[in-house]
Amino acid sequence: MDLTREQHLAMHRSMVRIRLFEEAAGSLMEQGKMPGFLHLYVGQEAVAVGVCEALRVDDFLTSTHRGHGHLVAKGGDLPRMMAELMGKATGYCGGKGGSMHINDLSLGMLGANGVVGAGVPIAVGAGFRNKYVGSDQVSVAFFGDAATNIGAFHEAANMACALHLPVVFVCEHNKYGEYTPTDRTMLIADVVDRAAGYGMPGVIVDGMDVIAVYAATSEAVERARRGEGPTLVEAKTYRFYNHHGIQNLGLKYRPDEEVVAWKERDPIFSFEQRIVESGVASREVLDATWAELRTAIDEAIVFADESPFPDEDQLLAGVFTESAHP
Amino acid sequence: MTDERSLTYVQAFTEAVRLEMDADPDVFIAGEDVGAHGGVFHTFDGIQKEFGERRAVDTPISEQAIIGLGIGAAVAGLRPIVDLMFMDFVLVAADQIANQAAKLKYMFGGTATVPLTITTTGGAGLSAAAQHSQSLEALFCHIPGIKVIYPSTPYDVKGLMSASVRDDNPTLFVLHKRMLGTRAGPVPEERYQVPLGVANVSRQGKDVTIVSWGKTAVDSLAAAEQLAVDGIDAEVIDLRTLSPLDIDAVVASVRTTNRVVVAHEAVRFGGFGAEVAAQIQEHAFDYLDAPVGRVAAPYSPVPFTPALEQRYVPDSHSIAAGVRATMARPLLGG
Repeated sequence: MDLTREQHLAMHRSMVRIRLFEEAAGSLMEQGKMPGFLHLYVGQEAVAVGVCEALRVDDFLTSTHRGHGHLVAKGGDLPRMMAELMGKATGYCGGKGGSMHINDLSLGMLGANGVVGAGVPIAVGAGFRNKYVGSDQVSVAFFGDAATNIGAFHEAANMACALHLPVVFVCEHNKYGEYTPTDRTMLIADVVDRAAGYGMPGVIVDGMDVIAVYAATSEAVERARRGEGPTLVEAKTYRFYNHHGIQNLGLKYRPDEEVVAWKERDPIFSFEQRIVESGVASREVLDATWAELRTAIDEAIVFADESPFPDEDQLLAGVFTESAHP
Repeated sequence: MTDERSLTYVQAFTEAVRLEMDADPDVFIAGEDVGAHGGVFHTFDGIQKEFGERRAVDTPISEQAIIGLGIGAAVAGLRPIVDLMFMDFVLVAADQIANQAAKLKYMFGGTATVPLTITTTGGAGLSAAAQHSQSLEALFCHIPGIKVIYPSTPYDVKGLMSASVRDDNPTLFVLHKRMLGTRAGPVPEERYQVPLGVANVSRQGKDVTIVSWGKTAVDSLAAAEQLAVDGIDAEVIDLRTLSPLDIDAVVASVRTTNRVVVAHEAVRFGGFGAEVAAQIQEHAFDYLDAPVGRVAAPYSPVPFTPALEQRYVPDSHSIAAGVRATMARPLLGG
């Protein structure tokens, strides 16, 4: 796949943004500065970034409980994200959604979701809208391997195919549903085997390789834009930290050797090696990106820290839309 | 005169759908059998013929995906009407309705708008047994973020359906399946709205207030006529919208009648009547001459056989009996 230098650097930058944001968030949680649940995306950066590189800003996506990476990759604003995670008034949801409901409708990011699989039918609805209005916009549903055992996934996948909707289903197969290994909860090794059951093509891609993800998704997106219906893309990937929070090694539900082996395939470091070895950019350029983004994250934390909590009058605001159309 | 034109309950519904689709290209219908077949209860008769397959979409029998289709389309800018055929089936889609549609706006800090109308049919009386006869409106009144509408007259069906479609919030619009083709009434030909959240005093009276909705509101009017023979002058309030609840209309009536019975077809235990009763005592305790009475279905699933189903569903006679019991209660301290 021919990619420009700018594309390489943009994808690298986006992955580093996710990595630094997530590690900062995890650290803040461990310091007790962040309330609630935190499902970190670290390790899976190549999936969100590879997919979103294949999308336009006006394409839609729905996300999961592990959703920060998807919003960052779609172009999310780090200070507003950090503020939301801290429950501040300046956050994306005014502090009322938090990590699991973070969204940016102006970027077509229709929300992280606290219910496994529940975003998939909503992505199909956005895909329906695209076809209905005659647009070539597409809609992407991100979900995990475990979500493919949920009824909503099957209903939505079948409906998208039956109605020939411009939807791309992106399964991030990270081998665990919370703390249970996926090979104990489904007998097939590859989620993509399910695609044939709905009459759509399926493709397996190395989810630690951002260019591979980008290439596979681009094909699926172009197919959807041409009106040829949905595709299931299965990215084999791994979350470096825990299901919830940052702790990783030493938990009994997955072997330390497995974690170490996947970390050796770190999607950012392996991409950097490729960039440097192929002469696309120098180590110094990449290091400068890290340094610049560290500053950006620090600024986001300061912004969030200094932002006020929402006023009490916000408690009941936004349950309903007040102004009905005439 | 056009005002005298009579339509059935279901015809009034279909006309509202047709007029809303005609007025706004962003309005479409989707659900099982709603397209080519026009809905199993003829709720969408002729819609696909008039508006085509693009705007009258037959879907798989996939309740979660039907609601999700509506949510995603609504958030992305359309104004969907999605149908779940039987109210019992809303439970199949409960996550998409209660956790997604109703909450998106709030969870997103107010940024999302979900102008989604979910239509369904509730109620017993067709020997449809326990999975096709329920009245589950209370469940959804308990979920902040979705409005619940349950009309009793063809006029209100049309006006409330138009208002539901135009409302920028998720609405659950319930038709009572026993009234679809049988209840007729005057319906203007033009497009109009009956505002959501406003109750209707369907009969004025001075002795006792009957609060109801859906088919039970019709039975309450019949009960009032029976009571009139005994010299009891009952006021009947048809809530029309359950959430938001027009408690002001109820309280205003109770303050003049001083006695009140809430009647509904749903199971009494945990039914919406309990909420109405609680709010009455919160707002009008000092005006009550008797405890708030309730007439509702007993604590069991809906039985199949007509012999038992008739015993199960409140009717005008059981409502009148409930009112008489409330009237017979001596004044407190008297």
